[in-house]
Amino acid sequence: MIEIQNIRKTFGEKTVLDDISATFKPGTNSLIIGSSGSGKTTLLKCIVGLHEPTAGDVIFDGLNFTDMDFEQRVPIRTHIGMLFQNSALFDSMTVEENIIFPLNLFTNMSKAEKTDRANFCLERVNLKGVNKLYPSELSGGMKKRVGIARAISMQPKYLFVDEPNSGLDPKTAILIDDLINELTEEYQMTTVIVTHDMNSVMGIGEHVIFLHNGQKWWEGSNHDIAHTDNKELNDFVFASKFMRAAREKL
Amino acid sequence: MFHSFGKYILLLRLSFRKPEKFNVYWAEVMREMVSVGIGSLGIIATISLFIGAAVTIQTAFQLISPLIPKNVVGSISRDSTILEFAPTISSLVLSGRVGSSMASQIGTMRVTEQIDALEIMGVNAPGYLISPKIIAGVTMIPVLVVVAILLSFIGGYVACLLSREVSPADYVMGLSDGFNPITVTVCLVKSVVFGFIITSICCYQGFYVAGGSLEVGQASTRGVVYSCVMILFFDLVISRMFL
Repeated sequence: MIEIQNIRKTFGEKTVLDDISATFKPGTNSLIIGSSGSGKTTLLKCIVGLHEPTAGDVIFDGLNFTDMDFEQRVPIRTHIGMLFQNSALFDSMTVEENIIFPLNLFTNMSKAEKTDRANFCLERVNLKGVNKLYPSELSGGMKKRVGIARAISMQPKYLFVDEPNSGLDPKTAILIDDLINELTEEYQMTTVIVTHDMNSVMGIGEHVIFLHNGQKWWEGSNHDIAHTDNKELNDFVFASKFMRAAREKL
Repeated sequence: MFHSFGKYILLLRLSFRKPEKFNVYWAEVMREMVSVGIGSLGIIATISLFIGAAVTIQTAFQLISPLIPKNVVGSISRDSTILEFAPTISSLVLSGRVGSSMASQIGTMRVTEQIDALEIMGVNAPGYLISPKIIAGVTMIPVLVVVAILLSFIGGYVACLLSREVSPADYVMGLSDGFNPITVTVCLVKSVVFGFIITSICCYQGFYVAGGSLEVGQASTRGVVYSCVMILFFDLVISRMFL
């Protein structure tokens, strides 16, 4: 379980996150949504320690992550998997080398065990025979899947996903969402997803947090979204014609 | 300026933290050594042959006098090559070839979130990315400079064969005549220091890039310019200290 308590983040004079608290439970997909510039990615980066919050605490299973130095964070970080918006695969390494990279550094597995693990992770994300390819030889959807395979290679307890569907066609986006959802259930991971894709929200948003102007504006599930009278959330959710048409049919 | 210098020192400190796993870092050091050493051999060989030849011809041109023995050309060419041309010119060229490549590689990793991915995994990103490059720089650049010296002498010898202003025998005699080993010490000290300057400054510029491809290019240029200026500054400092 991850708890964030009164997170505040400022860049100079500008307050990007203001007093945000939330709890993310294991085996649940928690989606952080909001319009561009609302602070979603900054919040995610504060949780994983890429940004230091100006105030507030991030607690991983009772351990205060914000108080720790680099060395103290390493044992927690080895339980964190993250899928970046552009996958962030190491472009000088093959797919297999990308997946076994954390295993090389943090485990004492033999070469054969590491290869087996890489093959297992690739099979789990429905990719086979791409072990020796470089990231530049993969499509956007394949890169995302390799990114997920790398993220789960250490069997993480916490999975963070930044804009999983950006740049993907709707069909591939749904595949990625379903994959994240399956893995969350299978490994009972605490999964936090930053997105502005309403298909993801309606599909896998068991727990949704809506950010507006750096503040937590609304919290609930995807079932509650359609019935909320929160104006800003409605403006965001039903901005597209498709979603408005869907609401009228409901 | 002081803020940047402080950041640079802190980055160097982070770069030399205890590695997570020695063999992974060792493999990276070997990869960088091949990239810096073997990768730069062609350009170093080319410039050294030409510089050696040019230095010999120009020295001979300035010393045309019946009062000066012909083998002095070899001695002057030798000392200028060992003290200045091989370490300094080679390092200036290497800052363009090796330094810009390191700055743009690390800068691209920064803007494509690959460095964030390393940090999320719990990897000490400066240690993994920068320390192997610095180690490769301080070990391989002196080797390249020694190669540059030898090839400059060959270039000078070929120039003597072709120009006939100084006989090859006089040139070879001049190379060994009055040799002072301190020049080699100064040359090696310079090349180690220059190796450190090129790799650390360019890696620093790449590591703190923010933005996109334009900023990566700017960081690469800054890395080369700053390392060239610092090479020339430390060239003066080391020469003053040892000679």
